[in-house]
Amino acid sequence: MQIPVVRNILEANDRMSAELKKLFDDRGILVLNLMSSPGAGKTALLEKTLAELAGEYKMAVIEGDLQTDNDARRVAATGAQAVQINTDGGCHLDGSMVLSALESLDLDGLDILFIENVGNLVCPAEFNLGEDACVALLSVTEGDDKPEKYPLLFHKSEAMVLNKVDLLPYVDFDLDKAAGQGKRINEDIQVFPLSCRSGEGLAPWYEWLRTKVTDKKG
Amino acid sequence: MSIVQNLLDLIRQEMATHNVSTLHSVKIKHGKLTHVVPEALDFAWEALTRDTEFEGAGLETEEVPLVLKCGGCGREFTPEGLAAMISPCPYCEEQIGHELVSGRELHIEHIEAE
Repeated sequence: MQIPVVRNILEANDRMSAELKKLFDDRGILVLNLMSSPGAGKTALLEKTLAELAGEYKMAVIEGDLQTDNDARRVAATGAQAVQINTDGGCHLDGSMVLSALESLDLDGLDILFIENVGNLVCPAEFNLGEDACVALLSVTEGDDKPEKYPLLFHKSEAMVLNKVDLLPYVDFDLDKAAGQGKRINEDIQVFPLSCRSGEGLAPWYEWLRTKVTDKKG
Repeated sequence: MSIVQNLLDLIRQEMATHNVSTLHSVKIKHGKLTHVVPEALDFAWEALTRDTEFEGAGLETEEVPLVLKCGGCGREFTPEGLAAMISPCPYCEEQIGHELVSGRELHIEHIEAE
């Protein structure tokens, strides 16, 4: 016999994401899910941000990687709490991984929790992690048509960081084209062209973070 | 793989609820904008049902087209071509602000079991 079901296949993850969201909301912690290709500069952006805003906010990082704790060590060197999740081949983080990472995190007084997802523009976009906002990173050494090719990630993200702009004179990346594609997929997306290496353009990114923290704390 | 694992959990729950024990097939619908590759699902389905109570059961997939509501004139359209999400509206040529009407679905439609 045919049994109608009509259930969301990822409902278990969505349910866990909702629980995580409530836990973070109750504590007033801003949670950001950072997604990009490998090498776009997620960890570099975190190193800069954690160091520069250390005097203003208490911040922690959950690091997702297939293997190694290299990124967690880089981040911990700034003095912030860092927990490494090794997915052991898995191409994305899911809600249960974040939940188990929380066992190793002290959430007391935390203002911002960054979740650095596994480097991948595809699967991470499908799995909510209880975040307030997703942030998509691109670097100018990648193609400027990435938003068009991976629309879901940019559709979901509130902010789009275009990293490594110090390299623009040496590459064929068209900043306006990438930003324009992002805007066409998601009219409200905030675009931050910056360089973690030179420090150029980081100020507006910090300003956006401050606004998000203020909004979260109500 | 994760999608099929989640799917198998749901099927087990539904079969217990309806008190059936043999699965013949399952039908799922996936939106154009989800990152589902039917061939990859088939492969994962084969791998994860082998040597289980579901071995031999079929997996049927149906794609739900992408439908956008124009940010300019408000009419709905299914974009043509490959760069689907950044297509101009065919009625008024507006490029910005389209709202997603369908294309994000990923759900089970029904199971055939007894």
